[in-house]
Amino acid sequence: MDTILVVVEQREGKLNRVSWETIAAGQAIAAQTGWTLEAAVVGSGVAAIASEVAAKKLAKVYDVESPRLEPYTPDAFAYALQEFLGKHPAKLVLMPHTYQVRDFVPKLATALQTSAISDAIGYRYEGGKLLFTRQMFQGKFVADVSFAGSGPCFVTFQNGSFRADKVETGTAAAPVETVNIDIPDGIVRNKPQEVFKEAKQAVDLTQAEIIVSVGRGIKEQKNIDLAKQLADALGGELAASRPICDNGWLPMDRQIGSSGQTVAPKLYLALGISGAIQHIVGMKGSRSIVAINKDSEAPIFEIADYAVVGNLFDIVPPLIEEIKKAKA
Amino acid sequence: MKILVCMKQVPQKDAPLKLNEAGTWIREDVSYEVNEPDAFALEEALRQKEKHTGEVVVVTAGPARALQVLREALAKGADRAIHLEDDAFVGLDAYNTARAIAAAIKDEKFDLIFTGLQSDDYGYAQTGVILAQILGWPHATIIMQIEKRVEQNDGGIRVKRELEAGFFQFVDMPLPAVLTIQSGINKLRYATLIGIKQAKTKPLRKVTLAEVQSSMGGNLQKIEKLYVPQKSKNTEFLEGSPAEVAKKLVEKLKNELRVI
Repeated sequence: MDTILVVVEQREGKLNRVSWETIAAGQAIAAQTGWTLEAAVVGSGVAAIASEVAAKKLAKVYDVESPRLEPYTPDAFAYALQEFLGKHPAKLVLMPHTYQVRDFVPKLATALQTSAISDAIGYRYEGGKLLFTRQMFQGKFVADVSFAGSGPCFVTFQNGSFRADKVETGTAAAPVETVNIDIPDGIVRNKPQEVFKEAKQAVDLTQAEIIVSVGRGIKEQKNIDLAKQLADALGGELAASRPICDNGWLPMDRQIGSSGQTVAPKLYLALGISGAIQHIVGMKGSRSIVAINKDSEAPIFEIADYAVVGNLFDIVPPLIEEIKKAKA
Repeated sequence: MKILVCMKQVPQKDAPLKLNEAGTWIREDVSYEVNEPDAFALEEALRQKEKHTGEVVVVTAGPARALQVLREALAKGADRAIHLEDDAFVGLDAYNTARAIAAAIKDEKFDLIFTGLQSDDYGYAQTGVILAQILGWPHATIIMQIEKRVEQNDGGIRVKRELEAGFFQFVDMPLPAVLTIQSGINKLRYATLIGIKQAKTKPLRKVTLAEVQSSMGGNLQKIEKLYVPQKSKNTEFLEGSPAEVAKKLVEKLKNELRVI
């Protein structure tokens, strides 16, 4: 029988919870294809994580161990998984699309002369064929992608594509097998230093109930004040997409998206934000989304509850006045 | 330092895109621009050269139109350019793109190869890492800073990797290496008039598909269908004059979303 392997992510000995989404994806695909679902944890001294994962509905969990797997390096991870897959072949290997996975999966797939379908948001099983859905052109289109190689096929799933709370628990704990990998001298070339945070985060946007967020459409630094006035009128926090923070128009700790904060406020009001994938992953869990953008095809409208196609500089000033009136 | 920068031409950010008749790709009659992270990769290469001397070479794989990206790079200060020119390069998966580039530079000796961290069209975020594996070089991704390890004098570099949720990490690594560059690592320069003039006389090497094809294989990924995403939400579009829209929106904020 064919095997699906989910590689669970751990960082410094802690399970990255996005891995539950990947297990949920694996369980859904296994149920449809009838393939066997297994999971692997890769690291040094990560048996506890393997046991935690083994409580879920899985045929088997592997604890792939080597002292050289801590701290994380792409060389060690790609080497260990290549060795592991040599002994335990899988047809499909699933992982979350994290920065860590992005760092080693293309290397691993290439070493095995195969390919990784990256940042997928879903799948379809049609006529015995698996198709993976991924966004293209910054989310303006989606593509159904098929895999043409002999395998294994690697697929990484975008955060939030599957629901972690849908993971099924097993009737009994899955067996855990420890696989020790000998990573020879000279394989690991990079020397990573400690992980750190740049500056003390002054604002915790994750706690904000209302967020007014600005993107490229704000055009100039001096226009940020208009967004600030709107945020103040609503009693919310001001945030931004990456390019605004790159320009230094707002500090980095106000950035929403994969490299910034992930938020889920009651209201997310997006001003002049087109909705690049890296931004969307940081705010798509918001309870309600209002988007104002001049481009009617902006991907942000795909996830908006209320949409205004128009010039934000025309709409925001009367909006501020109306909010003040309503609050008075 | 001799640095290669891999650059890609992608549809302009605001360009309205239409599907082709087969529903497998976009119609190509749109405006193009350089993939944004690649522009930052070029800027970083130029800055490294200014600091340490050396050479900056730019490469792209794409149709005749992609030459514009190389011209702009030469005008900004790149020393020479390599154009893998063929319409077929547009449809390659990341593995084949990397194999084509590796074949085109097999007689060169670079210390560093930069790519943008991902492209705005396919968004694979893979080509640079695959290229490193093909060349047998170490790599690091999503880079925000590059320093030569001058004090240690070991010929290596220290890079700053961006991690998720505001975390960073320094990584020491030997050369040669491949780095994928994050947007915002530096401030982009504009081409000067003199630069634009000089660009015309700088060396440009064309590489045909036939020259690199023996290093490539069939695509391992195939786009079966490209389509407009199905809306997951029932979006209500508010229309009217700005004053009317403002009134309607406040009504929604108050009565539907209950945030006022």
